[in-house]
Amino acid sequence: MNWLLDYVRPKLSVAKTEKDVPDNLWDKCPQCDAMIYGQELAKNLYVCPHCGYHMYLRPRKRFRMLFDDEEYSYLEAPKVKEDPLNFKDTKDYRSKLKSAREKTKFDDAFVAAFGKMGGHGVVIGVMNFNFIGGSMGLAVGEGIVQAAQFAVERKVPLILVTASGGARMQEGILSLMQMARTTLAVKQLKDNHLPYIAVLTNPTTGGVSASFAMLGDITIAEPDALIAFAGARVIKETIKADLPAGFQKAEYLKKHGMVDMIVSRHDLREKLITLLNLLGNTYTKGE
Amino acid sequence: MADKTIYLDFEEPIYKLDTKIQELKSCCDDNLAKDFNKEIANLEKKTQKLLEETYTKLTPWQKVCVARHANRPHSIDYINALIENFMPLAGDKLFGEDEAIVGGLGFFNGQAVMVIGQEKGHDLESRIRHGFGMPKPEGYRKAKRLMELANHFNIPIISLVDTAGAFPGIEGEERGQAEAIASCIMEGFKMEVPYIAVVIGEGGSGGAIALATANRILMLEHSIYSVISPEGCASILWRDGSAVKKAATALHLTAQDLHKFGVVDEIIREPLGGAHRFRDETVKHAGDVIWKHLTELKKLSPADLAKDREEKFLAMSRIA
Ligand SMILES: [Zn+2]
Repeated sequence: MNWLLDYVRPKLSVAKTEKDVPDNLWDKCPQCDAMIYGQELAKNLYVCPHCGYHMYLRPRKRFRMLFDDEEYSYLEAPKVKEDPLNFKDTKDYRSKLKSAREKTKFDDAFVAAFGKMGGHGVVIGVMNFNFIGGSMGLAVGEGIVQAAQFAVERKVPLILVTASGGARMQEGILSLMQMARTTLAVKQLKDNHLPYIAVLTNPTTGGVSASFAMLGDITIAEPDALIAFAGARVIKETIKADLPAGFQKAEYLKKHGMVDMIVSRHDLREKLITLLNLLGNTYTKGE
Repeated sequence: MADKTIYLDFEEPIYKLDTKIQELKSCCDDNLAKDFNKEIANLEKKTQKLLEETYTKLTPWQKVCVARHANRPHSIDYINALIENFMPLAGDKLFGEDEAIVGGLGFFNGQAVMVIGQEKGHDLESRIRHGFGMPKPEGYRKAKRLMELANHFNIPIISLVDTAGAFPGIEGEERGQAEAIASCIMEGFKMEVPYIAVVIGEGGSGGAIALATANRILMLEHSIYSVISPEGCASILWRDGSAVKKAATALHLTAQDLHKFGVVDEIIREPLGGAHRFRDETVKHAGDVIWKHLTELKKLSPADLAKDREEKFLAMSRIA
């Protein structure tokens, strides 16, 4: 475990009970077009009460939904080199980062917290899809490495809730390297026989699906979530034919043996706690 | 006439000179030979100068074109030139055999090695057979199996990276392309044998890094390694598929860029004019560089080899 030596322990900061965006607005379900009152939607964990569609759940709401008594502490966001390529397309990347930070109030597209679930200490990391499509660059990669590290130090399981369009291409090759680094993060848990559970939410694609997202000891998907390596548009253009119904959806992946189970958001906390109870209930040889 | 197909767009002046030289050489009768020889020598000098001017300052996009050149030595060329008694091994023992990845055991300077390479093919027939060098899940699972085999018998691994990317298609998705790549990345980290990755042409995104979580990452001088193709990047960020030159520059995908970022350990020099002009020379020199790194890595203990790899990747992209 020598790689721990130069590791800077992330500080914990207690989550303030910040108020999210007001819930007194109407939202439209992207699947069935029903208009749903914000408070009703929040109470239903952002699942459409009419058709069951799982809408995007922001990190703070995800943490509150999963941790015991809605109590948790944030792991401090890692310090990484900003805009390592000095990247500019039609807009410069720094200004994209700035507006994403203003919009989401988070440093980057990954945030981790420590707390308890069913009495088990656990680190939960959540990807923030509203932050440049949840794309993975240095900050996300390092955040996952440090979250895994923290879990190993505390000897607790790690749960990662994914939502990402893939690699952060504005960080070039260094974003690609995060596929390797996050895989290494997962390996630290495996080496220490600590559970790592991946919860794949809509959407989980590209470099994120092809690294830590698909390496869970247990892989859970939310209903109807898009989980893919290659984009459907690219595939359609390549083969010049229609794609099968339900292609790359959670149910399709389960049918093809790629995820263990599909769990509705209403049951997620309970199922995760049961899994933690099971995986933590080991036996001693000869007893 | 010089064979036009081997010349890239930006090599038009070189093509013209080469054509003229060949014309002079072919029409030469003995009486005129003396005069022509002088002229040919002059033209050859000019060509050399032009090659030097072009190849010492290739733009990122030009490097992309060179890296993808059809005549560039491919994995099979490296295997044929460097590996003795090569025993190709087939299949993932789960679903099928994917020839986009060629792999097997053989002797490299007398040392048994496992070579795992992406192969694009060199003509239409072989390109189809090798799936245009875009591996499917069974290809990555085959690679993983060969790594396990090598590790089990304490045999060093040399991977040769040359792919536009992993195969994007229905079969790939339904057989778990994402999982196959992720597991291949993970397998690399488990190795307790020397593992050297060489980007010989195109290192296309996740499909490339699957074979490159190695102790040493080497890149040919005019090869590229990128998170996304310039074409893909241009169409997403510029919303203009023709902005490939801008995208290639912005992505910093050249061997020289990657060396600066600390992602690549050593750049393998190509003869002036590129690997596609001097195939044998390029492969031989690459072999020498790979051997040098292999010799160094063989001194490390199994545990240290795994640790070396982990530390290398963990340090990568961290603030120094
Ligand atoms: Zn609905």
